[in-house]
Amino acid sequence: MTELLTAVSIGAGNGSVYALLALGFVIIYKAMSVISFAQPAFMLSGAVLVSHLSPRMGFVAAVVVGTIAIAVVALVVERVAVRPMVGKAVFVIAIITIGIDIVVRVVAGAFVGVDPRTIGDPWGLDVTTIGGVQVQHRHIAAFVVTGLVVALLFAFFRFTRMGLAMRATALDQEAAMAQGVDVGRVFAVSWALAGALAAIAGVFASAGNPIDQNLWIIALTALPVIILGGLDSLGGAVLGGLVIGIVQAVVSTYHSTWFPFLDTNSGAIVPYVLMLLVLLVRPQGLFGTKEVERV
Amino acid sequence: MLAVNNLEVVYDDVVVALRGVSIEVPDGRIVALLGANGAGKSSLLRSLSGLLDVHHGEIRKGGITLDGESVDSLRPAQLAKRGIKHVLEGRRIFKELTVEENLRVGAHAAPRDAGDNMTRVFDLFPRLVERRQQTAGYLSGGEQQMLAIGRALMSGPRYLLLDEPSLGLAPRVVGQIRDIIVEINSQGTGVLLVEQNATMALSIAHHGYVMETGRVVMDRPASELLADDDVREFYLGIGGDEERTSFRDVKHYRRRKRWAS
Repeated sequence: MTELLTAVSIGAGNGSVYALLALGFVIIYKAMSVISFAQPAFMLSGAVLVSHLSPRMGFVAAVVVGTIAIAVVALVVERVAVRPMVGKAVFVIAIITIGIDIVVRVVAGAFVGVDPRTIGDPWGLDVTTIGGVQVQHRHIAAFVVTGLVVALLFAFFRFTRMGLAMRATALDQEAAMAQGVDVGRVFAVSWALAGALAAIAGVFASAGNPIDQNLWIIALTALPVIILGGLDSLGGAVLGGLVIGIVQAVVSTYHSTWFPFLDTNSGAIVPYVLMLLVLLVRPQGLFGTKEVERV
Repeated sequence: MLAVNNLEVVYDDVVVALRGVSIEVPDGRIVALLGANGAGKSSLLRSLSGLLDVHHGEIRKGGITLDGESVDSLRPAQLAKRGIKHVLEGRRIFKELTVEENLRVGAHAAPRDAGDNMTRVFDLFPRLVERRQQTAGYLSGGEQQMLAIGRALMSGPRYLLLDEPSLGLAPRVVGQIRDIIVEINSQGTGVLLVEQNATMALSIAHHGYVMETGRVVMDRPASELLADDDVREFYLGIGGDEERTSFRDVKHYRRRKRWAS
């Protein structure tokens, strides 16, 4: 039992990272109907930037500054590389985002260096025992911060003028334009938000481990997460992230008894198997909306 | 005054939708725009609200002026700020948002006056008050049209461009929409009304234009258009000679008279 709960706590921590990344994908998808494959690069560059900043200004300030900086980078990338392509086929824009991903990742990778870099987080591998279950601080932190970010994000979409305009644009772009919504600004804000979310995810993904060039691979797990949760659902992204994180951690814990022939790799296939199972039952994903319509 | 001068609009570089259209929408008046399907009515509204781009259309010649200043290169957001608000054909409300959220999006161009305008819209459409927190997609057709008009009024526009507000509505609801348009106009908003329902449009308009294949073919005060024999026959469905004409009795060469040919 303790073993299971420990696995769940690890899963909730990792799942929070997936949730943050998935939110970025979903926000851009809702605004532009494009899946941006540039998220992994923003995640890596967020982690690298924070690792450079934290010795100078302390960890918390570094995370805040790093997140804002990556949001600005995403904003610039959108303006320079994506905006001129608006109106082209969705497929074309998706491929361009892959190009952006590679460029940004190579640039960020150059700052990783040869010595092991750490993010400078205060948690390391410290552990607190709650009711006999050992929970790592970094996982608690990831979970709590993600909860906070998600709450802020939902408030933004519900109560602010820009957030509401973004939801309206997602539903009917032309009608939103007729109301005076500047769609270009909506694209820009969605990229900035996605960049910021990826940077925060990068921080928690590399907390406790040295940063390496392959950190971005974690971000690919967000793809099955968004399909599982429903491409256009923010709530689905959060829940999908947590579900996949937890199931993955549980399977990784028990893999030697359940799937001895797979050795230690069984965790890696979990997101995709889960995605497949959910899609068989609900083709639109767990929370993807079927159209609201009065017949 | 909103004025269109000799406007030529082309879609996808090949399809000519408007061929030299000129109309005027004075402040505080109702101007009706009649015409069959494909005459270019919606294209004209799109050029006025800057939404041609979405449909791969562009203005080739001529221009649009607002109080004498050229506005045809402005983006939709800027035009909405200057008080030109387009109510799209088919209502196009944000179905998954609530009624109130729909209205708040409508106030995007004038966030400071949102409170006052919300009161004004709820005065005009008491039905929307009851349904304030409901998902807009579940409203009835008439209520959705009211919401679409209310949403446009949320930024206090000077000119309201209405594209087929009576489309698909029951006759009684059409009557309500007509009364609302008159009410909005009496509060000082200029209205450009595109309609297939010519009887309704001409009964409230001050001035009317008839369009055909991208051209304006008639340009007269609404009362004159209502009395015109051709308009009566082709747009109001009232026979020229007798009270009622059966289609069986109409000779094929008389069915459709074209002004522009």
